[in-house]
Amino acid sequence: MAAAAVTPHPKRVSRRPSGGDEVAWAVTFLFGAAIFAVTALLVFELWRYAGPAREKFGFGFLFSSLWNPVTDEYGALPFVYGTVLTSFLALLISVPLGVGAAIYLSELAPTKLSNALTFLVELLAAVPSVIYGLIAIFTLVPMMRSTIGPALKSVLGWTPFFSGPVFGVGYLSAGLILSVMTFPFIISVSREALMAVPRDQREAALALGATKWESTWQIVVPFAKLGILGSIFLGLARALGETMAVTMVIGNSPTIKASLLSSGYTIAAVIANEFAEASGKLYSSALVQLGLVLFLLTIIINALAQILIALTTKKGSSRG
Amino acid sequence: MTARNKRRVAVNNVMLSLTGVFAFVTVSTLFLILAYLLYNGAKSLNPNFFTRLPAPHGETGGGIANAIVGSAEIVLIASMIGIPIGFMAGIYLSEFSGKALGFAVRYTADLLNGVPSIVIGIFAWGIVVSPMHGFSALAGGIALSLMLIPITARNTEQFLQGIPRTMREGALALGASKWRTIATVIVPAARRGIMTGIILGVARISGETAPLLFTALGNQFWNTSLTEPTASLPVVIFNYATSPYDDWHQQAWAAGLVLLALVLAANIAARTIVNRGVALPK
Repeated sequence: MAAAAVTPHPKRVSRRPSGGDEVAWAVTFLFGAAIFAVTALLVFELWRYAGPAREKFGFGFLFSSLWNPVTDEYGALPFVYGTVLTSFLALLISVPLGVGAAIYLSELAPTKLSNALTFLVELLAAVPSVIYGLIAIFTLVPMMRSTIGPALKSVLGWTPFFSGPVFGVGYLSAGLILSVMTFPFIISVSREALMAVPRDQREAALALGATKWESTWQIVVPFAKLGILGSIFLGLARALGETMAVTMVIGNSPTIKASLLSSGYTIAAVIANEFAEASGKLYSSALVQLGLVLFLLTIIINALAQILIALTTKKGSSRG
Repeated sequence: MTARNKRRVAVNNVMLSLTGVFAFVTVSTLFLILAYLLYNGAKSLNPNFFTRLPAPHGETGGGIANAIVGSAEIVLIASMIGIPIGFMAGIYLSEFSGKALGFAVRYTADLLNGVPSIVIGIFAWGIVVSPMHGFSALAGGIALSLMLIPITARNTEQFLQGIPRTMREGALALGASKWRTIATVIVPAARRGIMTGIILGVARISGETAPLLFTALGNQFWNTSLTEPTASLPVVIFNYATSPYDDWHQQAWAAGLVLLALVLAANIAARTIVNRGVALPK
């Protein structure tokens, strides 16, 4: 009686299909293979539609800052610059905020409060991006134009980063709204990573006389650093590919400016604005080529995020 | 207490308080968003808003009935394609896949899930709009289904994996074949979790705008078939918010309120089902 099932557990229960099992395998496999096929088709189609632009401009496409549908000349640089700059600004704000909040949720808040706040953070992650854009257009942009922008300019106007006229729309507005859209991801994944740090790590540090903060900052955070880094990459991938909110506040001008207060453009935004009206093969294929660049950028960042997150969740054990 | 320890305690207090402030600042943005939408949007909500077609700029009494119905059509098409494919693929991943093939499907599902939504839009334009020579609700639905498939597949897989081994062994020991075990024991046991995943997935695609911009496009009127350009809530919000007219801005606020209310309601409903017994997949 006492000798209950102690057989070693194989990963899958049955390896021998019988009865209708071959059919079931085949049917479900077809659906699984469909995902593979669709993704392959996606890459192929992007590659195919980008053909004319690739043949005409080659690698020079990435380094040209000319974007002129009238003369049919296209370059990706202003959009790549805008995409990278706005995402960088977003992380500059959302990483400290997000990691700080995650530390509070995993290390300090009582379990009930932590769960309630995490629930709200997850709801925040579910807010559609067009809603962020809507709010940004009517609150952030006017504030930037009337108070924040001029204030930054009067203090830091001597640097190239805050010079030029203030329109309200621009890199900084886009970066700010992107930061709000990325921190929910950073908070919930970082919190998981911090909670996976074994309890005895904290207790050992506290027993040696460390303050709560010293134990958290010098022991717990370094222990979870890969997961936190993963959460940052996840936020970065989201920021790079984010379309609607950015399109609504970036100002839509294909230029490269050092000033964060000036208007710019991002890859996703130019596709959103111009693809439906793009007349001419070369024009639309240049836009698809931009889409391909964005696609490659985000899958690399996403893959890095997945690997880092998988590494930490394997390593850790339980809540401290 | 030495000066050094005093400093350590001070740093401790300041930094710990700061993390708390950060947590409440971040969470409060949700309430700011809600309050702002309610304040600006609620006054434009009236029966006309839900039952009338859009009015031209300057005329009062217009609504967004066609966009509400259009969104429902597009999301329904996306669900009819995306849920079965995702669900079956999830079963394959959890129950049938070998190492190499399973890895390939799982990896491409994650890859597809990470594709920026605007790129999904280009793809759907290439495979539907361009061959059919026109924007349509169908194209929009297909675009959104491409986002729903990987979400549903990975959710289903995770919930099926969470079913205890003993339940599988019990069914198999009673002589059930493998597919019977899956159909009558494992899937029903994971039913609640799978449903939750599906609701969250559908809620997520309902708010997507970028894939619809050049697939479903938009329409000032009712569409008469699924192969015509179709209005949708998110695209209407975008178009009205970026227009120069105040009365359209008002409509955008109200439409935003409706969209956010629907998405949050679905999320809260799904997540409270989860809290009653099942663990949410990560």
